[in-house]
Amino acid sequence: MKNKILMATVFAFSVTTLPLVAGESLPATGKAPLASYLRPHAVPAPEDNKPTAVRVELGKALFFDPRLSGSNTISCATCHNPAFGWSDGLPTGVGHGMKPLTRATPTILNTAYNAILMWDGRKKSLEDQALGPIEADVEMNQDIPGLLKKLDALEGYRDLFKKAYPGEGISPATVAKAIASFERTIVSTDSPFDRWARGDQKAVTADVKRGFAVFEGKGNCTACHQGFNFTDYGFHNIGVKDVGDKPDEGRYTQRKLPSLKGAFKTPTLRDVALTAPYMRNGLYKTLEEVVDHYDRGGDLKENLSANIKPLNLDPQEKADLVAFMKSLTGRPVSVTIPLLPMH
Amino acid sequence: MAIIAVTGYAIAANEHIVIQKDKHFSVKILTVKVGDWVSFKNDDAFFHNVFSLSDAQSFDLGSHGQGQARRVQMAKEGTVDIECAIHPEMKMQIKVMK
Repeated sequence: MKNKILMATVFAFSVTTLPLVAGESLPATGKAPLASYLRPHAVPAPEDNKPTAVRVELGKALFFDPRLSGSNTISCATCHNPAFGWSDGLPTGVGHGMKPLTRATPTILNTAYNAILMWDGRKKSLEDQALGPIEADVEMNQDIPGLLKKLDALEGYRDLFKKAYPGEGISPATVAKAIASFERTIVSTDSPFDRWARGDQKAVTADVKRGFAVFEGKGNCTACHQGFNFTDYGFHNIGVKDVGDKPDEGRYTQRKLPSLKGAFKTPTLRDVALTAPYMRNGLYKTLEEVVDHYDRGGDLKENLSANIKPLNLDPQEKADLVAFMKSLTGRPVSVTIPLLPMH
Repeated sequence: MAIIAVTGYAIAANEHIVIQKDKHFSVKILTVKVGDWVSFKNDDAFFHNVFSLSDAQSFDLGSHGQGQARRVQMAKEGTVDIECAIHPEMKMQIKVMK
């Protein structure tokens, strides 16, 4: 039982076995060639941190290791749980001391492709992001010097770091690089939508095809959800009600432009059926509620994005749109949990 | 040199057109003269924004939809970093010369 295998069906790990064809270019909006929605084969990585098997192995161990937290009980995978689509199934994350956080845990699926990370875009790369939650007192509450000491005390980690990053040692940079290398393996897999995009007319049902037409047309979804990852990596205020008393200013906390008040980064729609609840504060339990939100043109009108307006979708169009989103769920894969160094 | 530039500005300020298309500005670096106008035209089917928080000149032209344009007059010498607030990957520079 030590080497537990997660039986939950989860998505992708291997980047080499996918039969996907890279799209020619990202669709800007509206009607784009179906092939442009296919995931590019290549997963981008920075020059100084090209993935190797041992870097991914080390990163995976760190990702699943609760000793990365001050309490030794919270790992990255506590919130980014593969059994919940690399999220946590909760409206908002829960951090140190079981205290709820203010924002939903985003999936880490396809974050390798993100040029900007976090709901408010405050991180520029996976390496830049990796230590943030570890250090944050409300999240994993682990000071980095203390973490390096813990890792250095374990022979298993000393060996892995030596093999993964020869001569670089156990440092904040190598911890971040290893975690980022593992995260870059978590990419979307072949979905019914992808099979249809490659020409298999029978891969999806008629409601999915109609839903895709709504997605690109009347629904105006492609104003923000663009390309293979179904995101423009941009920031929009879509009029979601705040849950707490204090409005979350989102991107405005990073860029003091009034138009960015309440704007948050467009999330991917890949595997979206697996990552409920939805929105930056987990306000909606179902995709049907999400569609209703957009159909009524959002709730909070102050600073609302000009892309958001009432859609007047009929019940069939709403159902079709949900069917389309459900067709973006990739092929299930099993995730093995690594044995962690004990001494 | 300076006199010519100032004279040129006084007679007629040029207008430079920058296109916003496929989430890119059509030029990465645009060189203009003090007093010139720069117009940003949105050729995408969704909204864009134009702003600068540069020391040389800061402004927020707000957001504008497909086919619409927003323009700004370059007030003084320096380098102005331009971004789209909605799409942070969209960046360009305007070098404003005397």
